[in-house]
Amino acid sequence: MTTSPASSGKLPLSTLPSASGRASLGGALRSEWTKIRSVRSTYWTLIALLVVSIGLDALISAASSSHLQSHPADKVGFDSTQVSLFAFAFLGQLILAVLGGMVITAEYSTGMIRTSLSVQPRRGTLYVAKAMVFAGVALVVSFFTSFVAFFLGQALLSSSGMNASLSGPGVLRAVVGTALVVTLVGMFAFGLGAIFRHTAATIATAIGMMFVVPIIINLLPDNWRIEVVRWLPSSALDRISATIPGANPHMFGPWGQFAVTAAWAVAALVAGIILFRKRDA
Amino acid sequence: MIEVRGLTKRYGDKVAVDGLSFGIEPGKVTGFLGPNGAGKTTTMRLILELDYPDAGSITVGGKRYRDLAYPMREVGALLDAKSVHGGRSAYNHLLCLAQTNNLPKRRVAEVLELVGMSAVARKRSKGFSLGMSQRLGIAATLLGDPKVVMFDEPVNGLDPEGILWIRNLMKTLAAEGRTVFVSSHLMSEMENTADHLIVVGRGKLIADCTMAEFIARSSGAAVKVRTPAPDALVLAIAAKGGQASADADGTLVVRGLATDQVGDIAFEQGIRVHELTMVRASLEEAFMELTGDSVEYRAGIPAASVPVGPGTSGSGV
Repeated sequence: MTTSPASSGKLPLSTLPSASGRASLGGALRSEWTKIRSVRSTYWTLIALLVVSIGLDALISAASSSHLQSHPADKVGFDSTQVSLFAFAFLGQLILAVLGGMVITAEYSTGMIRTSLSVQPRRGTLYVAKAMVFAGVALVVSFFTSFVAFFLGQALLSSSGMNASLSGPGVLRAVVGTALVVTLVGMFAFGLGAIFRHTAATIATAIGMMFVVPIIINLLPDNWRIEVVRWLPSSALDRISATIPGANPHMFGPWGQFAVTAAWAVAALVAGIILFRKRDA
Repeated sequence: MIEVRGLTKRYGDKVAVDGLSFGIEPGKVTGFLGPNGAGKTTTMRLILELDYPDAGSITVGGKRYRDLAYPMREVGALLDAKSVHGGRSAYNHLLCLAQTNNLPKRRVAEVLELVGMSAVARKRSKGFSLGMSQRLGIAATLLGDPKVVMFDEPVNGLDPEGILWIRNLMKTLAAEGRTVFVSSHLMSEMENTADHLIVVGRGKLIADCTMAEFIARSSGAAVKVRTPAPDALVLAIAAKGGQASADADGTLVVRGLATDQVGDIAFEQGIRVHELTMVRASLEEAFMELTGDSVEYRAGIPAASVPVGPGTSGSGV
């Protein structure tokens, strides 16, 4: 350790350049980028996302390919695009929800939030910067994963002759749309994180909304179920990753379901910022 | 520099800060004293707008905290050394703070060097000892070259070397013309560092004065007398307007009279005196006396049997 700072009578620090303007979104964005890239949990979560999504999707595609070769009758109604994106849509959203929630709840569990707010007391600025940086990371990783899972899956399905191409009807929309909806689910969890400020509660609620509620809704009588299911945040992935016409007739169109999930994410983000600004930290 | 007016904060039914008003002047070490639970940390959280007051206002350099253009250039605060993401390295922790206020990157290396942590800059902070965490927290407060530094119980849990280091740092910061606002529940800590004192108990202001005034304001000097005839001396002193009380071992403590007067009284009455000493009230005693009624949790043991002194550090008064 160092010697006493008093020995020189003056702290050995250089003079800061004089300041103009004020601490605002630009600095907050740079800070949040430093934060997200400087903890290991970010890398572990994103590696898990890549391995689980791409790995499982490759396995599913390879298994489907050999199944279709031995059971050609099953080729009717087979959606090779949706099959190659299945693990990314189903499990990828969950992993990204964990990261989205943790980006904000980790500030509370570690106590970092007190330091963050004392250097940037304009809470809206901090919140927006945090949400934007997470959204940017989620979007880039989701697009990468979605395209890699698609191309790898189609390569593995080619021996069955059922492989899709991006130029096929609805295929590009499915690949891009799945990436966008997975990002939205992460944003939804981010909002929940600001509401609950607690990792376990946030992840439990996100899983509940995306996995448990749809199962419960499925137990309802059909005439109720088809009315409710299109309003769930979980329905967009089924709809937007499908390229076979006529799938999910009781839902809105792909972008209609996208809008429903977007509305859930926006609602969580708005509730989050209101509480984030209002409550004691 | 910092103006606190009519500050009140409740947590549920509990009033943590109750109509508190005071000002903190620049270029001084101002000690913020009070027993544990007196509302010191709450007041500091309110200054930083981490919590919102139920009533009252606070300004820093005439502005609300959230309206400061670059908060880190105005106030550097360390409330809790563990308010850090343990998975982040010391360097990245400081970098992400510096970036919010558009401070140059080189500043991070400078403050790390200043607190002697350059060698562990790339280490994750979860492995740091309390002393190292405290240094990292202090490095963060100095990033923005702030006019005010604010520390909450900075020496709690530190070893003697760490305590000395912080004391010297506070003196240096004040000598540079910065305002230093530091809280403690230990008077002995303030005795060596603070110029000015703000004393609180149960969320209320008890004293706002210089260190010298604080000592003078309390019961002040007393005279200790040891005599084989305490009863006779107590009566003689009472007749001259002093108050004397006897200790268990027969030693008298006289207030309201000087040593010379007590000696003269004993001589006139023909009472033998074996010891006659002037006892200057220590800051610790003055503090205990002033805050005695406002200690929140009093132990169920008589005060006399509790050793008072540096050994009780951190026992929570």
